[in-house]
Amino acid sequence: MRIEVNGTPRDIAASTVADALSELGWGDARVATALNGDFLPAASRATHPLRDGDRLEVLAPMQGG
Amino acid sequence: MRDFYGVTLPNALLLGTAQYPSPSVLQDAFRASGAGVATVSLRREAGQGQAFWSLIRDLGVRILPNTAGCHSAREAVTTARMAREVFETDWIKLEVIGHADTLQPDPFGLLEAATILCAEGFHVFPYTTEDQVLAARLLDAGCKVLMPWGAPIGSGLGLNNRHGLRMLRAAFPDVPMVIDAGLGLPSHATEAMEMGFDAVLLNSAVAQAGDPVAMARAFAFAVQAGALARDADPMGVRDMGAPSTPLIGRAWL
Repeated sequence: MRIEVNGTPRDIAASTVADALSELGWGDARVATALNGDFLPAASRATHPLRDGDRLEVLAPMQGG
Repeated sequence: MRDFYGVTLPNALLLGTAQYPSPSVLQDAFRASGAGVATVSLRREAGQGQAFWSLIRDLGVRILPNTAGCHSAREAVTTARMAREVFETDWIKLEVIGHADTLQPDPFGLLEAATILCAEGFHVFPYTTEDQVLAARLLDAGCKVLMPWGAPIGSGLGLNNRHGLRMLRAAFPDVPMVIDAGLGLPSHATEAMEMGFDAVLLNSAVAQAGDPVAMARAFAFAVQAGALARDADPMGVRDMGAPSTPLIGRAWL
Protein backbone atom coordinates (compact mmCIF):
# COMPACT_ATOMS: atom_id res chain seq x y z
CA MET A 1 0.00 0.00 0.00
CA ARG A 2 1.04 3.61 -0.37
CA ILE A 3 1.20 5.83 2.71
CA GLU A 4 2.79 9.18 3.42
CA VAL A 5 5.76 9.09 5.81
CA ASN A 6 6.96 12.45 7.08
CA GLY A 7 5.41 14.09 4.04
CA THR A 8 6.91 11.71 1.47
CA PRO A 9 4.86 9.02 -0.33
CA ARG A 10 6.19 5.51 0.41
CA ASP A 11 5.15 2.08 -0.83
CA ILE A 12 5.28 -0.36 2.07
CA ALA A 13 4.40 -4.00 2.65
CA ALA A 14 3.73 -3.65 6.40
CA SER A 15 0.17 -3.65 7.64
CA THR A 16 0.79 -2.20 11.12
CA VAL A 17 2.62 0.92 12.29
CA ALA A 18 5.16 -1.20 14.22
CA ASP A 19 6.00 -3.25 11.14
CA ALA A 20 6.17 -0.11 9.01
CA LEU A 21 8.73 1.42 11.38
CA SER A 22 10.86 -1.72 11.13
CA GLU A 23 10.54 -1.73 7.36
CA LEU A 24 11.61 1.91 7.22
CA GLY A 25 14.68 1.26 9.40
CA TRP A 26 13.35 2.78 12.62
CA GLY A 27 12.59 -0.44 14.46
CA ASP A 28 14.83 0.35 17.43
CA ALA A 29 14.92 4.12 17.11
CA ARG A 30 13.73 6.50 19.82
CA VAL A 31 10.86 8.06 17.91
CA ALA A 32 7.29 9.16 18.52
CA THR A 33 4.53 8.54 16.02
CA ALA A 34 1.39 10.30 14.92
CA LEU A 35 -1.11 8.81 12.50
CA ASN A 36 -3.34 11.13 10.52
CA GLY A 37 -2.57 13.95 12.93
CA ASP A 38 -3.22 12.08 16.19
CA PHE A 39 -0.58 10.81 18.60
CA LEU A 40 -0.16 7.05 18.36
CA PRO A 41 1.52 5.70 21.53
CA ALA A 42 4.32 3.16 21.11
CA ALA A 43 2.22 0.55 22.90
CA SER A 44 -0.46 0.78 20.18
CA ARG A 45 1.84 0.53 17.15
CA ALA A 46 1.80 -3.28 16.93
CA THR A 47 -1.95 -3.51 16.84
CA HIS A 48 -2.82 -0.38 14.90
CA PRO A 49 -3.58 -1.25 11.27
CA LEU A 50 -2.33 0.91 8.43
CA ARG A 51 -4.59 1.87 5.57
CA ASP A 52 -3.81 3.10 2.11
CA GLY A 53 -3.39 6.85 2.13
CA ASP A 54 -2.57 7.11 5.86
CA ARG A 55 -0.26 9.94 6.95
CA LEU A 56 2.42 8.75 9.36
CA GLU A 57 4.64 11.22 11.20
CA VAL A 58 7.81 9.85 12.79
CA LEU A 59 9.46 12.40 15.08
CA ALA A 60 12.79 12.24 16.88
CA PRO A 61 14.69 14.33 19.44
CA MET A 62 16.07 17.51 17.95
CA GLN A 63 17.77 20.71 19.05
CA GLY A 64 15.38 23.28 20.48
CA GLY A 65 15.16 26.54 22.37
CA MET B 1 15.63 29.26 44.69
CA ARG B 2 11.97 28.45 44.15
CA ASP B 3 11.08 24.99 42.94
CA PHE B 4 9.52 24.15 39.62
CA TYR B 5 6.91 21.40 39.97
CA GLY B 6 8.78 20.13 43.01
CA VAL B 7 12.23 20.35 41.43
CA THR B 8 14.87 22.74 42.73
CA LEU B 9 17.29 23.75 40.01
CA PRO B 10 21.06 24.08 40.54
CA ASN B 11 20.98 27.67 39.29
CA ALA B 12 18.60 30.12 37.65
CA LEU B 13 19.41 29.19 34.06
CA LEU B 14 17.48 27.06 31.61
CA LEU B 15 19.40 26.68 28.37
CA GLY B 16 18.38 25.82 24.83
CA THR B 17 20.24 23.32 22.66
CA ALA B 18 19.80 24.87 19.19
CA GLN B 19 22.11 26.86 16.91
CA TYR B 20 25.49 25.99 18.47
CA PRO B 21 28.45 25.85 16.09
CA SER B 22 29.10 22.21 17.01
CA PRO B 23 27.93 19.50 19.44
CA SER B 24 31.12 19.89 21.50
CA VAL B 25 30.54 23.64 21.89
CA LEU B 26 27.01 22.85 23.06
CA GLN B 27 28.38 20.46 25.69
CA ASP B 28 31.04 22.94 26.84
CA ALA B 29 28.50 25.76 27.00
CA PHE B 30 26.24 23.68 29.19
CA ARG B 31 29.05 22.86 31.58
CA ALA B 32 30.08 26.53 31.71
CA SER B 33 26.52 27.69 32.36
CA GLY B 34 25.79 25.31 35.19
CA ALA B 35 22.25 25.11 33.80
CA GLY B 36 20.19 22.23 35.16
CA VAL B 37 17.63 22.19 32.36
CA ALA B 38 18.00 21.73 28.59
CA THR B 39 15.21 22.59 26.19
CA VAL B 40 14.78 20.30 23.20
CA SER B 41 12.27 19.76 20.40
CA LEU B 42 10.78 17.04 18.23
CA ARG B 43 11.19 17.06 14.48
CA ARG B 44 10.80 14.61 11.63
CA GLU B 45 13.47 11.94 11.95
CA ALA B 46 16.04 12.58 9.24
CA GLY B 47 19.00 10.64 10.56
CA GLN B 48 20.36 12.86 13.33
CA GLY B 49 17.81 12.33 16.07
CA GLN B 50 19.38 9.32 17.70
CA ALA B 51 22.86 10.85 18.02
CA PHE B 52 21.34 14.04 19.42
CA TRP B 53 19.40 12.03 21.98
CA SER B 54 22.56 10.38 23.32
CA LEU B 55 24.36 13.74 23.43
CA ILE B 56 21.52 15.26 25.47
CA ARG B 57 21.36 12.31 27.81
CA ASP B 58 25.09 12.63 28.46
CA LEU B 59 24.62 16.22 29.64
CA GLY B 60 22.99 14.77 32.74
CA VAL B 61 20.49 17.61 33.03
CA ARG B 62 16.71 17.67 33.18
CA ILE B 63 14.98 17.77 29.79
CA LEU B 64 12.31 20.34 28.95
CA PRO B 65 10.77 19.50 25.56
CA ASN B 66 9.09 22.33 23.70
CA THR B 67 6.21 22.62 21.26
CA ALA B 68 8.06 25.18 19.15
CA GLY B 69 6.55 25.92 15.78
CA CYS B 70 3.03 24.93 16.76
CA HIS B 71 0.41 27.46 15.72
CA SER B 72 -2.68 25.76 17.13
CA ALA B 73 -3.68 24.13 20.39
CA ARG B 74 -4.26 20.85 18.56
CA GLU B 75 -0.72 20.74 17.15
CA ALA B 76 0.77 21.70 20.51
CA VAL B 77 -1.21 19.07 22.43
CA THR B 78 -0.24 16.32 19.97
CA THR B 79 3.40 17.39 20.06
CA ALA B 80 3.37 17.43 23.86
CA ARG B 81 1.97 13.90 23.99
CA MET B 82 4.66 12.70 21.58
CA ALA B 83 7.38 14.50 23.55
CA ARG B 84 6.26 12.93 26.82
CA GLU B 85 6.77 9.48 25.34
CA VAL B 86 10.11 10.17 23.65
CA PHE B 87 11.75 12.17 26.44
CA GLU B 88 10.07 10.33 29.31
CA THR B 89 9.09 13.49 31.15
CA ASP B 90 5.84 15.24 32.08
CA TRP B 91 7.53 18.61 31.67
CA ILE B 92 6.52 20.56 28.59
CA LYS B 93 7.45 24.05 27.46
CA LEU B 94 4.16 24.99 25.88
CA GLU B 95 4.45 27.31 22.89
CA VAL B 96 1.46 28.15 20.76
CA ILE B 97 2.61 30.82 18.34
CA GLY B 98 0.12 33.47 17.30
CA HIS B 99 2.12 35.63 14.93
CA ALA B 100 4.73 34.55 12.41
CA ASP B 101 6.90 37.68 12.67
CA THR B 102 6.86 38.48 16.37
CA LEU B 103 6.46 34.85 17.45
CA GLN B 104 4.08 36.22 20.07
CA PRO B 105 2.11 33.55 21.94
CA ASP B 106 -1.49 33.00 20.86
CA PRO B 107 -3.19 33.55 24.23
CA PHE B 108 -6.37 31.71 23.26
CA GLY B 109 -4.63 28.65 21.83
CA LEU B 110 -2.18 28.66 24.74
CA LEU B 111 -4.95 28.56 27.33
CA GLU B 112 -6.83 25.87 25.41
CA ALA B 113 -3.75 23.66 25.15
CA ALA B 114 -2.68 24.31 28.75
CA THR B 115 -6.12 23.29 30.01
CA ILE B 116 -5.98 19.98 28.14
CA LEU B 117 -2.38 19.19 29.07
CA CYS B 118 -2.73 20.06 32.77
CA ALA B 119 -5.77 17.75 32.92
CA GLU B 120 -3.62 14.99 31.40
CA GLY B 121 -1.02 15.39 34.15
CA PHE B 122 1.57 17.38 32.26
CA HIS B 123 3.71 19.87 34.14
CA VAL B 124 3.19 22.81 31.86
CA PHE B 125 5.68 25.67 31.44
CA PRO B 126 3.62 28.08 29.34
CA TYR B 127 5.45 30.57 27.11
CA THR B 128 3.21 33.57 27.68
CA THR B 129 3.18 37.35 27.65
CA GLU B 130 3.14 39.76 30.59
CA ASP B 131 -0.68 39.83 30.43
CA GLN B 132 -2.01 39.43 33.97
CA VAL B 133 -5.45 38.19 32.97
CA LEU B 134 -3.98 35.46 30.81
CA ALA B 135 -1.61 34.58 33.66
CA ALA B 136 -4.55 34.14 36.03
CA ARG B 137 -6.37 31.92 33.52
CA LEU B 138 -3.26 29.77 33.02
CA LEU B 139 -2.93 29.34 36.78
CA ASP B 140 -6.63 28.45 36.99
CA ALA B 141 -6.03 25.83 34.29
CA GLY B 142 -3.44 24.17 36.50
CA CYS B 143 -0.11 25.70 35.48
CA LYS B 144 2.22 26.04 38.47
CA VAL B 145 4.90 27.98 36.57
CA LEU B 146 4.66 30.93 34.18
CA MET B 147 7.17 31.87 31.50
CA PRO B 148 6.53 35.44 30.35
CA TRP B 149 8.53 36.65 27.37
CA GLY B 150 11.19 39.30 27.69
CA ALA B 151 11.01 40.17 23.99
CA PRO B 152 10.29 38.29 20.74
CA ILE B 153 12.10 34.95 20.48
CA GLY B 154 15.59 35.36 19.06
CA SER B 155 15.48 39.17 19.10
CA GLY B 156 18.05 39.80 21.84
CA LEU B 157 16.19 42.95 22.86
CA GLY B 158 16.01 42.17 26.57
CA LEU B 159 13.02 43.17 28.70
CA ASN B 160 10.70 45.04 26.34
CA ASN B 161 7.98 45.87 28.85
CA ARG B 162 9.54 46.38 32.26
CA HIS B 163 6.42 47.91 33.73
CA GLY B 164 4.23 45.02 32.60
CA LEU B 165 6.69 42.43 33.87
CA ARG B 166 6.99 44.19 37.23
CA MET B 167 3.18 44.27 37.51
CA LEU B 168 2.99 40.57 36.68
CA ARG B 169 5.64 39.69 39.24
CA ALA B 170 3.84 41.73 41.90
CA ALA B 171 0.42 40.27 41.05
CA PHE B 172 1.52 36.67 41.61
CA PRO B 173 4.36 36.83 44.14
CA ASP B 174 4.27 33.12 44.98
CA VAL B 175 4.25 31.72 41.44
CA PRO B 176 7.61 30.57 40.06
CA MET B 177 8.30 32.62 36.93
CA VAL B 178 10.92 32.26 34.23
CA ILE B 179 11.70 35.00 31.75
CA ASP B 180 11.66 33.11 28.48
CA ALA B 181 12.84 34.51 25.17
CA GLY B 182 14.29 37.73 23.88
CA LEU B 183 17.30 38.10 26.16
CA GLY B 184 20.55 39.04 24.45
CA LEU B 185 22.96 40.09 27.17
CA PRO B 186 23.84 38.98 30.69
CA SER B 187 22.70 42.40 31.94
CA HIS B 188 19.17 41.53 30.75
CA ALA B 189 19.28 38.37 32.85
CA THR B 190 20.57 40.26 35.86
CA GLU B 191 17.76 42.78 35.52
CA ALA B 192 15.16 40.00 35.33
CA MET B 193 16.51 38.47 38.52
CA GLU B 194 16.69 41.86 40.26
CA MET B 195 13.00 42.31 39.41
CA GLY B 196 12.25 39.13 41.31
CA PHE B 197 11.94 36.56 38.55
CA ASP B 198 13.12 33.12 39.50
CA ALA B 199 15.08 32.10 36.42
CA VAL B 200 15.71 32.90 32.77
CA LEU B 201 15.51 30.67 29.72
CA LEU B 202 18.02 31.40 26.96
CA ASN B 203 19.22 29.95 23.73
CA SER B 204 20.26 32.39 20.99
CA ALA B 205 22.06 34.74 23.39
CA VAL B 206 24.52 31.97 24.18
CA ALA B 207 24.54 29.93 20.97
CA GLN B 208 24.91 32.91 18.64
CA ALA B 209 27.64 34.62 20.65
CA GLY B 210 31.09 34.63 19.10
CA ASP B 211 32.25 32.56 22.07
CA PRO B 212 29.23 30.62 23.34
CA VAL B 213 31.14 28.99 26.19
CA ALA B 214 32.33 32.31 27.61
CA MET B 215 28.86 33.78 27.18
CA ALA B 216 27.30 30.83 29.01
CA ARG B 217 29.64 31.51 31.90
CA ALA B 218 28.78 35.21 31.81
CA PHE B 219 25.08 34.42 32.09
CA ALA B 220 25.73 32.12 35.04
CA PHE B 221 27.39 35.01 36.89
CA ALA B 222 24.65 37.39 35.74
CA VAL B 223 21.75 35.45 37.24
CA GLN B 224 23.71 34.93 40.43
CA ALA B 225 24.42 38.66 40.71
CA GLY B 226 20.78 39.55 40.06
CA ALA B 227 19.49 37.14 42.69
CA LEU B 228 22.01 38.36 45.27
CA ALA B 229 21.06 41.97 44.57
CA ARG B 230 17.34 41.23 44.90
CA ASP B 231 17.87 39.50 48.24
CA ALA B 232 20.05 42.39 49.39
CA ASP B 233 17.04 44.77 49.18
CA PRO B 234 18.15 47.47 46.71
CA MET B 235 18.05 51.14 47.68
CA GLY B 236 15.16 53.35 46.61
CA VAL B 237 15.32 55.43 43.44
CA ARG B 238 14.93 59.24 43.48
CA ASP B 239 14.87 61.92 40.85
CA MET B 240 17.21 64.45 42.53
CA GLY B 241 20.74 64.03 43.76
CA ALA B 242 21.49 63.32 47.43
CA PRO B 243 25.04 63.71 48.70
CA SER B 244 26.52 60.59 50.20
CA THR B 245 29.41 62.39 51.89
CA PRO B 246 28.37 64.03 55.22
CA LEU B 247 27.70 67.78 55.10
CA ILE B 248 28.49 68.16 58.79
CA GLY B 249 32.10 69.15 59.36
CA ARG B 250 32.54 70.69 55.92
CA ALA B 251 35.31 73.34 55.95
CA TRP B 252 34.50 77.07 55.62
CA LEU B 253 36.76 77.95 52.67
